[in-house]
Amino acid sequence: MPFEILDHEADAGVRGIGNTVEEAFAEGAKGMFSLMVELERVLPKESVEVECQADSLETLFVAWLGELLLQRDLTGMVFSRFAVQVAREGDEYHLRGRAWGEPLDPERHGAKVEVKAATYAGLQLGRTAEGDYFVQCVVDL
Amino acid sequence: MAELELKKISDYVWELPKQGEMRVPGRIYGDQRIIDHLLKESGAAKEWNALLQVHNVACLPGIVKASLAMPDIHPGYGFPIGGVGAFDPKEGGVIAMGGIGFDINCGVRTLRTPLKRHDIEARKEQLADRLFREIPAGLGSTGELKLSMKEIDQVLMQGAEFALARGYGFPEDLEYTEERGRIAGCDPGTVSDQAKERQFKQVGTLGSGNHYLEVQYVEEIYDEVAARAYGLEKDQVLVAIHCGSRALGHQIGQDYLQELERASKKYGIPIRERELVCAPIESPEGERYISAVNCGINCAFANRQTLAHLVRKTFAAVFGLKLEEIKLLYDVGHNTAKFEVHEVDGSRKRLLVHRKGSTRAFGPGREENPPKYRDVGHPIFIGGTMGTSSYIMRGTEKGLRETFGSGIHGAGREMSREKAKKQFRGEQLREELKRQGIIVRGHSLAGLAEEAPGAYKDIEVVAAAAHNSGINQKVARLRPMAVVKG
Repeated sequence: MPFEILDHEADAGVRGIGNTVEEAFAEGAKGMFSLMVELERVLPKESVEVECQADSLETLFVAWLGELLLQRDLTGMVFSRFAVQVAREGDEYHLRGRAWGEPLDPERHGAKVEVKAATYAGLQLGRTAEGDYFVQCVVDL
Repeated sequence: MAELELKKISDYVWELPKQGEMRVPGRIYGDQRIIDHLLKESGAAKEWNALLQVHNVACLPGIVKASLAMPDIHPGYGFPIGGVGAFDPKEGGVIAMGGIGFDINCGVRTLRTPLKRHDIEARKEQLADRLFREIPAGLGSTGELKLSMKEIDQVLMQGAEFALARGYGFPEDLEYTEERGRIAGCDPGTVSDQAKERQFKQVGTLGSGNHYLEVQYVEEIYDEVAARAYGLEKDQVLVAIHCGSRALGHQIGQDYLQELERASKKYGIPIRERELVCAPIESPEGERYISAVNCGINCAFANRQTLAHLVRKTFAAVFGLKLEEIKLLYDVGHNTAKFEVHEVDGSRKRLLVHRKGSTRAFGPGREENPPKYRDVGHPIFIGGTMGTSSYIMRGTEKGLRETFGSGIHGAGREMSREKAKKQFRGEQLREELKRQGIIVRGHSLAGLAEEAPGAYKDIEVVAAAAHNSGINQKVARLRPMAVVKG
């Protein structure tokens, strides 16, 4: 499974899994948007570019999800496809990403709950038993 | 870390004795059932539980008296939900992200109408439909006000006064709003452009998740004196608006996570949970974050002031009332950190009081209370679920002495959203509640299922524990009639 929704008493956790860290980041983003809309109904018609940086790979994941929430509110779009590139520059990690989607149509997209923020709670990056990368955190609903 | 054990002080107060790195003890208000649940949870989920969070808050620099938790305690981010911590700036006290959270000044504004239950019974459906149309809510909703960057800065500095100047509400509303709807000490420069841009279209929107607008009637009055001061009568119709600072608050949280993580390292403050990142109150980083939080607080006041106007307009249209006949009972937040003066060991101190999922509940005598409420303290609103009671309570002298004038805020979740979605169906739930006389309108059926009454703790247990402990007093119990969910 490329992304999973993790059980959490008040909110929800999202976990992205992939062959690379970048893929895991992209899948994690899908997980977050799956909480808000029916992903398969969101067509990748337009795209936005996202850039962010952080001190570690884990916190970079939270920054990436945060940037996507920012784009959601600025553009009124929701996204269903993601591509990510991560590079290390000195002490910092930089991310360049792209998100494809379309303007939110609550009815057609089956709007669910609004994610308020990505948090440091449950934040973890590692390898699964199968050797894939995973990255996860709790999102505030 | 070793198992945390609690010492029973009385039937409703338990202590987490000072141990290890704790600077003060923990103090938890609750009955046996609440405490049993807490201990069970801390035994099962060692890495992340509310009791451990009480412990971690007690380790923060400059904390005064105790790391407190109200009876609606459950796991949060850094602080437990229901957590209260007061910090002395003169003793290296900090401002901590986890004590405020991502929904800065989320709170409840309650309006009182001149209507009685029987006045609206026959028109409940019509009222619910109309409120659903008029109140922007749910994913992607936008408010009536479309603001520019300059105007957003005014919102951040002026709070409810900004909305008032736009013709939303009446000057009297300010008297019945915590901080008179405008907290000082905000420099909009401490809030990122992104946070402001996210908010352009969101002033006057309800949001989603556990945010709601609820039409209720007074089912029972427990405290006649306070009810009289508040202008409440049996069967009277009230409207509760539960929401916060929307995207602006969320983005401030997101922006400061990294900044405060760096600050924690810079000032050598061990990070026991990542959401508990903080900065000394008297440091450039701390001052910036306090200012940003104040901006968020004002944004939430402006938001609720605007929403109240939409409610007034709707009630006026459906029931032929004048807007001013719908009065503001009170507006108070439950996710804030604010400077307040409290007595500690016989001397008065200016402290930064964090309340995460805890309502400020200033009892009798505090000068911050509006004159009409001064003898009884201001009301606080305890949200139940869309199918259960809510409570109006008030602060007490005991609460002022023991909890820095803090109280409970709601039932608190018991079941995860994912489990709730599997167990409940939005449509069925709506029908079931309708049979109970509660009309529900929601923007998302899945969202309704997640908010099912069965997914929450029993409000009666939480309210009784707060009442019996003496930190809060029950004033009235409310029953929902119509509910709008985001």
